[in-house]
Amino acid sequence: MFVEFVEGPLWYFSAAVFVLGVIWRLSGILRLRRRKKDLSIPRASAAVGALKAQFLHFVPHGGFTFRTLYHLVAGYAFHLGLFVLVLWAAPHIKFIEANIVAVPWEPLPRWGFIIAAQFAFAGLMLLWVRRISDPVMIKLSDRDDHVSAWLTFGVMLTGCMALQESVQALRVLHMMFVEIWLLYFPFSRLMHAFTFAFSRGYTGALFGRRGVVP
Amino acid sequence: MNLSAAVEVFTDSLDASAASYLDACVHCGQCAQACHFYETTGDTRYIPAYKMKLLDRVYKRTKSPLAGVKRLFGLARTPLSEADLEEWNDLIYDSCTLCGRCTIVCPMGIDIAGMVRKSREAMVAADLVPKSMLGAATRALEIGSPLGIKPETLRKIVAEQAEDVGIPIELDKVGVDYLVILSAMEILNFYEVIGALARIFKQAGISWTISSKAYEATNIGIQMGDKAIAKTLVSRVVDAAEELGVKYVISPECGHAYSALNWEGPNLVGRSYNFQVIHILELLDQLQQQGRIRTKGTDTRRLTFHDPCQIVRRGGIVAEPRRIMNQVADNFVEMSPSGAANICCGGGGGVSSNSRAEDLRITAFAAKKEQLDDVQPDALVTACGNCRNVLEEAMDVYDMDMPVLGLTELLATYLDD
Repeated sequence: MFVEFVEGPLWYFSAAVFVLGVIWRLSGILRLRRRKKDLSIPRASAAVGALKAQFLHFVPHGGFTFRTLYHLVAGYAFHLGLFVLVLWAAPHIKFIEANIVAVPWEPLPRWGFIIAAQFAFAGLMLLWVRRISDPVMIKLSDRDDHVSAWLTFGVMLTGCMALQESVQALRVLHMMFVEIWLLYFPFSRLMHAFTFAFSRGYTGALFGRRGVVP
Repeated sequence: MNLSAAVEVFTDSLDASAASYLDACVHCGQCAQACHFYETTGDTRYIPAYKMKLLDRVYKRTKSPLAGVKRLFGLARTPLSEADLEEWNDLIYDSCTLCGRCTIVCPMGIDIAGMVRKSREAMVAADLVPKSMLGAATRALEIGSPLGIKPETLRKIVAEQAEDVGIPIELDKVGVDYLVILSAMEILNFYEVIGALARIFKQAGISWTISSKAYEATNIGIQMGDKAIAKTLVSRVVDAAEELGVKYVISPECGHAYSALNWEGPNLVGRSYNFQVIHILELLDQLQQQGRIRTKGTDTRRLTFHDPCQIVRRGGIVAEPRRIMNQVADNFVEMSPSGAANICCGGGGGVSSNSRAEDLRITAFAAKKEQLDDVQPDALVTACGNCRNVLEEAMDVYDMDMPVLGLTELLATYLDD
């Protein structure tokens, strides 16, 4: 009964909350007043600036690459690892094909999954250790930062526990964590997965027309 | 203190870009490493992202898509208090030069300096502007200059410079192409730039004048976050330029003056100008490219260039000063980092007009000093009167024996006239 609930109604509900919540949050930003039309004479294109900013901020520039190496390495290890796990793990592909859409790519072999998982775990833990030990991050962090990190950790941990797919309870536990994560996502800072593009774009457009993208 | 007015300004300033910034910040704290105030003090209050907290609280309480839901369940952020505004006041005015270096390192590309500017507007509404900045604003409005330079003082200085270089300089001359405006610091401390401009423009065949009604480029309204004052000061220049019928207004060696007149000015006055704004570095570079500036000899000293933040990182004039430097300097070395990633002098964004921030400004200069110590130049060149003054003052405190030069004057030194 509980298994059916987690794999049925709760999945559809959390997926709907996630999709609608993300749309709601993004439209909540866009419904706000836009910047007024800039009457100054542009030196260059705002659109090009906005586009350039999207790529420029993927890697720290301006001499910060080495200084921010910890975040850079841990951040990419976590995000890339997680990205690979979500889209290339064999059970995920099976689930996506059964519930959402057919995917045109092959799943990762088991060793690939293990490597991606190790990167993701190492990255997430390094980022969290930094959050609780670095005075700067301690000063900035709030409850949402910690809840987001722990929920994501829970999703990843239960995912690894369920990898064998031999114990139904573990699979359902993972599914439940994913659903809680989906429910939490639109109400949290996890939204940065979408809002980063807006943020970079606005700054890139503002300064792009001045001929420089900081 | 007017708390409700401040909250209203905070709320009004929350447009889509501000909302996206506040929703994108992941509290990674990398911005701290770009801030000379944090880097030189280690005080976590100076973390750039922390300076956005008031705006963030108002956003989360009022305009965030979640605000209504959270209020329903009693989970909304607490409203701002007078104590909050007082606590953040020095963060907003004393420990941020609006240099925007934090944007470079931010993975989300958040324009934190822009958010601090919005917070300053709220501080203005709350009547919490530092007294010395208010004094500068009063002088700018009543006398015409934040340093209290009267038109008769300007006339005298211009006449002396004209005599020094042997070139007549006529004020309020109708029918010329260019209107020169100057920063208060240039008029008072670095007035040789007027003679330098006269020599360069004579050789280049440029017709120009200075207005006795609008000679001041400095815009204290922009620095303190008072749009009404900013508009008045921009309008003064616009009216004078259009009355004289010039084709161009030359923005001087002053960081925020360029931003005020060129980038923000048309939006403040609500229309495009009937003239073009050109920065002095752009103009000198253009004249150089056209072969209209002939120089003789070069400076053999080891020279480096300090990039004024508002001209370079936030103004887009990056290559021009370097081309000018290379025309007259044999041994031009860059600091690291430089250009759009430069480190601020510590006194931009009105911090140098804010007397209570003086000690902090001197402390923050240590970041610039470190750069200079690495390069070991014989002289430092810059293109902002305010930076120049701030650098000179700080160097005195740090016992650094190094001349600070203006780029226009350096170019004029090697003019073949």
